[in-house]
Amino acid sequence: MISLYLAERTWLHGVPAGWKLLALALVSLFVAPFDALAPMAGLLAATLALYATLGRPALRQIALLRPMWPLIAILLAFHWWRGDPVLGVAVALRLLAMVLLANAVTMTTRMDAMMDAVEPLLRPLALVGVSPRAVALAVAMMIRFVPLLFALWEALGESWRARTGRRGGWRLLAPFCIQTLRLSHHTAEALAARGGVPGTLPRTRRQ
Amino acid sequence: MKDRSLVQIALYAAIFAVLGLLPKFDLPFAGGVPITAQSMGAMLAGVMLGAWRGALSIVLLLFVVALGAPLLAGGRGGLGVFFTPSVGFIVGWVAAAFVTGWLMQAMRRQSVLASALIASVVGGIVVEYAFGIVGLSLKAGLSLADATKACLIFIPGDAIKAVLVALIAQTVARGMPDALLSRHV
Repeated sequence: MISLYLAERTWLHGVPAGWKLLALALVSLFVAPFDALAPMAGLLAATLALYATLGRPALRQIALLRPMWPLIAILLAFHWWRGDPVLGVAVALRLLAMVLLANAVTMTTRMDAMMDAVEPLLRPLALVGVSPRAVALAVAMMIRFVPLLFALWEALGESWRARTGRRGGWRLLAPFCIQTLRLSHHTAEALAARGGVPGTLPRTRRQ
Repeated sequence: MKDRSLVQIALYAAIFAVLGLLPKFDLPFAGGVPITAQSMGAMLAGVMLGAWRGALSIVLLLFVVALGAPLLAGGRGGLGVFFTPSVGFIVGWVAAAFVTGWLMQAMRRQSVLASALIASVVGGIVVEYAFGIVGLSLKAGLSLADATKACLIFIPGDAIKAVLVALIAQTVARGMPDALLSRHV
């Protein structure tokens, strides 16, 4: 699967995931009430400086902001129209800086390290009968399902093309749903045969 | 039953992700307008799974996205998406799936097509945009009225998606009746 994670190690890779998440949360709380131009420009400059210390591959990731440009343009236009373009620029700077900062955490933290860091936060779920291990299983299953379903879609598309000579597009959605549900029945049976979802009581003791 | 529910939650989270990875569909009956399929995911999860499982499948998807997987349309993902102006729409999917599923269950005696359409419109459009507009207004410093204006152009596309979800639900109900879990239990 494609990943946002940077394979080349940087100094930020060495910082524990928990600390990075905490820092991100603190920064986002701290900058929320500011609407002045200077501090927001400073924040974005600091973020870009952080990226610069991470090296060239990190700087290349700034391209990930591209899908945001239309929204930023609309936002600026609205603020301009309301007669406060400076506020618009400040807000846009804050948005860009926060997205880049959050992305810096994502690109220097492996998914399993992130999972370990948030595991303590999932522990209270045990009180309502959900084991953190069941959450981990759901995450693993979902990640495994994605390429499987993609292959299933491709197969449906190919047989549609073989019959009609055209692309199936949205017409494939209903058969796709039916096929995936069949797949989920098999997976559930296989899971039950291997002892079921972890953290639940054995069947015999539930009545 | 619990095994099956967990598998289905994971399955619909994955379907949501796959819908974002697919090339855009050209809709013949809307003048060939290309749409991304992903925002159908929340309606689809609610219509198929019902309120709780539908909402949990979106929670699972967002959790995996936050862990760093680029599973949102256009390869977006990671913690960054939760700081964009569209965060309201992203978080709103949870509520959208819940309300869609709840309405679907409440209307289980009506025809699948009609109830899926109504549930998708109310959950996937009314609830979804309520969250999205408030989020945009907070994140972008716009008034609620301005934020609403900025979002209006997307509503026709989502209305088409609600119709598609209703058609899919009806086809699934015909082809594999017990697959429509919102109608069982």
